[in-house]
Amino acid sequence: MDTRATDQAPAAAILAKGDDRGGAATPLLAVSGLTKHFPIARGTVVRAVDGIDFEVRKGETLGIVGESGCGKSTTARLVMHLIAQDAGELLFDGELVDGQALPLKAYRRQAQMVFQDSYASLNPRMTIEASVAFGPQVHGLSRDDAIARARALLGKVGLEPARFAGRYPHELSGGQRQRVNIARALALNPRLVILDEAVSALDKSVEAQVLNLLLDLRQEFDLTYVFISHDLNVVRFMSDRVMVMYLGEIVEIGPVEALYARPKHPYTRALLAAMPSMDPDRRTEEAPLAGDPPNPINPPAGCRFHPRCPFAEALCATKPPALRDSEGAGHKAACHMAQPGSGHSRAPVAPETVA
Amino acid sequence: MTDAASPLVATAPSPVAASPGYWAGVLRRLGREKVAIAAGVVILLIVLAAIFADFVAPTDPTKTSMLRRLRPIGSPGYLLGADELGRDMLSRLIFGARLSLFMGVVPVFVAFVLGSIIGISAGFFGGRYNTLVMRTVDVFYAFPSVLLAIALSGALGAGIANSILSLTIVFIPPIARIAESVTTQVRTMDYVDAARASGAGPFLIIRAQVLGNVIGPVFVYATSLISVAMILASGLSFLGLGAKPPTPEWGLMLNTLRTAIYIQPWVAVLPGAAIFITSIAFNLLSDGLRSAMEVKN
Repeated sequence: MDTRATDQAPAAAILAKGDDRGGAATPLLAVSGLTKHFPIARGTVVRAVDGIDFEVRKGETLGIVGESGCGKSTTARLVMHLIAQDAGELLFDGELVDGQALPLKAYRRQAQMVFQDSYASLNPRMTIEASVAFGPQVHGLSRDDAIARARALLGKVGLEPARFAGRYPHELSGGQRQRVNIARALALNPRLVILDEAVSALDKSVEAQVLNLLLDLRQEFDLTYVFISHDLNVVRFMSDRVMVMYLGEIVEIGPVEALYARPKHPYTRALLAAMPSMDPDRRTEEAPLAGDPPNPINPPAGCRFHPRCPFAEALCATKPPALRDSEGAGHKAACHMAQPGSGHSRAPVAPETVA
Repeated sequence: MTDAASPLVATAPSPVAASPGYWAGVLRRLGREKVAIAAGVVILLIVLAAIFADFVAPTDPTKTSMLRRLRPIGSPGYLLGADELGRDMLSRLIFGARLSLFMGVVPVFVAFVLGSIIGISAGFFGGRYNTLVMRTVDVFYAFPSVLLAIALSGALGAGIANSILSLTIVFIPPIARIAESVTTQVRTMDYVDAARASGAGPFLIIRAQVLGNVIGPVFVYATSLISVAMILASGLSFLGLGAKPPTPEWGLMLNTLRTAIYIQPWVAVLPGAAIFITSIAFNLLSDGLRSAMEVKN
């Protein structure tokens, strides 16, 4: 890791990879109590993100899935400090973001984001090399160095600089533009890259190319990803761990294989049941879930999923379930049915009562 | 582990031809707009005639002749006739272009600079600052521009400087409002968020990411105001609030020739025609600019 800092060129020093301060055991990003309520009128708020805690470990890809409006994108923007949180804090490699140890500008060098809309995220009046070179210049690289870096990165993402560097965004296809956005995110040599629906607007063949590019870049640049998508197949392909959100809360989080094979939360089960399948025998004929998610302005009391949950009991309408790991394998779910002794009739029997 | 950062930075700039800048593209596209070019040539001719009026004009624009009052167009020695005091119309129109153009361009330019600053800052920072600024702008906006110009000019007193000042005040609100609304749209674009995410401060973002996307439409709008400014300035002169006789100025000339409209109508409408042609030319040029500024063409 320190080999980067030994390079003598000042330009390289400016964008040297941030040191791994906390060691491998410290999560790269630790989010606690993150909350964002958007006021819409006097006294009413949209509870877009409502007190969520999660970690992103070094070198992993954390997938975030959920329906539209569940708070995925708000979470991404909160983590990037593009909008101010109402409560909660972010620790980046053990250091409080926007605090004494890690000022916002230093944090932003280490955490970057790729947006869903490849066209809106590029300045239409700047050539793509100028867009990619902008960030390094903000951090003190000379214009020439920044342009050279931009061209090298455009090459890395598969856009031959001699052909593409001087083009404007409208002269590129959606997939090419998203490659530019990826190059821009990498221009500051970050450690964390948040991909907010980064491939959702691309058609399937281009999506596959970009996903493979992302996997290659993760390897080459030693990146940690937060991969946000509504596409469960893509999330499964990309992620090491997956987090499922519903109405501004985390309902389940765990290793990708465990979560896809043995979902603990009925919402996760419904999502997985709704996944399109290539196998006709596995296709679902009926909608696994009825209705739309409730209004986040006035979310249901107790478990937020209970009005749509086929297993809801009286308990679910009164007591919100905690996000808890019942087996100790890092697979947590916020459901009374997954928690021994919760009082739900389908809950596993509490070990104490067995003994 | 691959050493990611260093070789990328160390790479020398590849010998790619520097991409032509945005404004070079605008000029190239403007070259395809035939009407705009014609309008530009007309404006250029008027400007050149105004600058070199001493050499271009056949006679002194203030030399009166009681014997040759209201000569028709085409009289010997009076190519475009003579006005009510026997002054050569062509010379007066050429010299009048100086003041008329000046009063058309200067207030709009000053208002363009000030209005853009006000509008872009209000649009970018939003919140209470925006409310404060834009409601103040709305107060000025509530008055018809002609009425506001006349009221301000009347309050400040007659004279060219006061006319320019009042016209500037009249044009700041509409320019600020256009700048604000365009900035409000641009501010929410993901590329502005991406710039924030890269650690850039608000003023750098405005300069590097917002300005280029806002200034084009505002500039085109301001160009279209030049014709309005010329007409308003002429109106102020017509009312005796702007230029004073015997200074040649198109609006003032229109005013003094008004009495001759039944005797020599073709001579009397000449200053009006000059105002019309110049303002139409500015409008056509700004139309051409607007389409040339679209990167997508």
